[in-house]
Amino acid sequence: MLSSGINVLFEGSNMQRLLGGLLITAQIAFISIIISSLLGIVVGLMMTLKSRVLQFVFRFYLEAFRIIPILVWLFFVYFGVTNMLDIHLDGEIVAVVVFSLWGAAEMGDIVRGALESLPKHQMESGKALGLSFWQLYRFVLIPQAVRRMLPGAINLSTRMVKTTSLVVMIGVIDVVKVGQQIIERSIIDFPAASFWIYGLIFILYFIICYPLSILSKKMEMKWES
Amino acid sequence: MSIKKILVLVFSTLFLVGVLAGCGSTVKTDSASKSTIDEIKKRGVVRIGVFSDKPPFGFVDANGKSQGFDVYIAKRLAKDLLGDESKVEFVLVEAASRVEFLQANKVDIILANFTVTEGRKQKVDFANPYMKVALGIVSPTGEPITSVDQLKGKKLIVNKGTTAEMYFTKNHPDIELLKYDHNTEAFEALKDKRGVALAHDNTLLFAWAKENPSFVVGVSTLGNLDAIAPAVKKGNEELQDWINKELETLGKENFIHKAYNETLKPAYSDSVNPEDVVIEGGKLK
Repeated sequence: MLSSGINVLFEGSNMQRLLGGLLITAQIAFISIIISSLLGIVVGLMMTLKSRVLQFVFRFYLEAFRIIPILVWLFFVYFGVTNMLDIHLDGEIVAVVVFSLWGAAEMGDIVRGALESLPKHQMESGKALGLSFWQLYRFVLIPQAVRRMLPGAINLSTRMVKTTSLVVMIGVIDVVKVGQQIIERSIIDFPAASFWIYGLIFILYFIICYPLSILSKKMEMKWES
Repeated sequence: MSIKKILVLVFSTLFLVGVLAGCGSTVKTDSASKSTIDEIKKRGVVRIGVFSDKPPFGFVDANGKSQGFDVYIAKRLAKDLLGDESKVEFVLVEAASRVEFLQANKVDIILANFTVTEGRKQKVDFANPYMKVALGIVSPTGEPITSVDQLKGKKLIVNKGTTAEMYFTKNHPDIELLKYDHNTEAFEALKDKRGVALAHDNTLLFAWAKENPSFVVGVSTLGNLDAIAPAVKKGNEELQDWINKELETLGKENFIHKAYNETLKPAYSDSVNPEDVVIEGGKLK
């Protein structure tokens, strides 16, 4: 019976464990999103500078994260880099590092796209007014670019939230893994456990991601008026 | 612009260091530190890698505690090594990353239903076995698969990185494989009829088919009889020897049978003979 399966959510400390897993998921996602937003602006700025070397370096950085699967990066940092340097890093820290680097690369490209899409006269007018390099970016270009990059940035953020489910491969127990543990454990007593557990996980992910969508809508509306 | 030049210099250096570090990593892995018994004793806790979603071998109960056959044995190892069965840290591992957990020194021992294979022997050191297993194929009772020939041109579900995947890729390349990372996903896929059958270790399937009466283990032994053994990091002979001696000692009190009765028996149907599953004293009879 489907209705009896819902009890599995409240058996033992199951609900607590699921929420604990959610906290891990949310922590990794949001810390990475914040770091990659900040780093992304810097990376994006670098990408628009007209230095061949810089452009090559950042192009390489971006492509490295685009082409190589995130799972491979997680393995590489968690098992490879820590072993080589003979240090121990928690899976969660590795996850935040990898997700931040990935986010910064992608966010950088979004920022670059937004900056380059601005009409050339914006920069030229700014220079004509005698603004310095930093003033030009701080007061003229970045405020305008932020509006244009918002949809892409929100899209990237929700993608990052969802991709966190990979962290289980490096031993981090996130909300999806807790769900699977409970399902496997309870399948005899509650055959419908998977429906209820995955249903709850669906709602939990929605609760994390939906505020991001609202936020972007609000900001776009605010700037429109 | 001088800022630009400085930035160029800084980032090129970082880039170069990164690339060089990346190249170096493949060469050095073997010489990294080994966790010897003294190290474990100094640490006061032994790190053992177990499964978290494979009842009855390794799973997490409703209160978040690790349980199961492997866990039962792991606790005894901790008791005999450090004098207290609570001095064990269970590291929850996935099938596809068990080797890496050992290689990168994230755990001291893997006790996660680890089947001994030639390929794995190159990367980790196995102690003597405590269990034996063959492959099995589970399918719906209504449309049972009773021989491998029936699978030709159909989809078979397997887990990535398991013996089942290796066996079918090598011996039956004409069978289309649907591969999943997690057991949960694989069994859900079978229930959703994404494949006609699922191949996995028979010991796991016996238990699963008991819980899911609408499925039957149509092929109960396939391929070679494989041994399941604890594994340690390559070259850690001290710990390997200790485990072998420990298994011999435990064999004298029939401890593995006790573990079977406590954890596996309730999960299997009565038709399963314990002698088909457990190995006492570390030796295949």
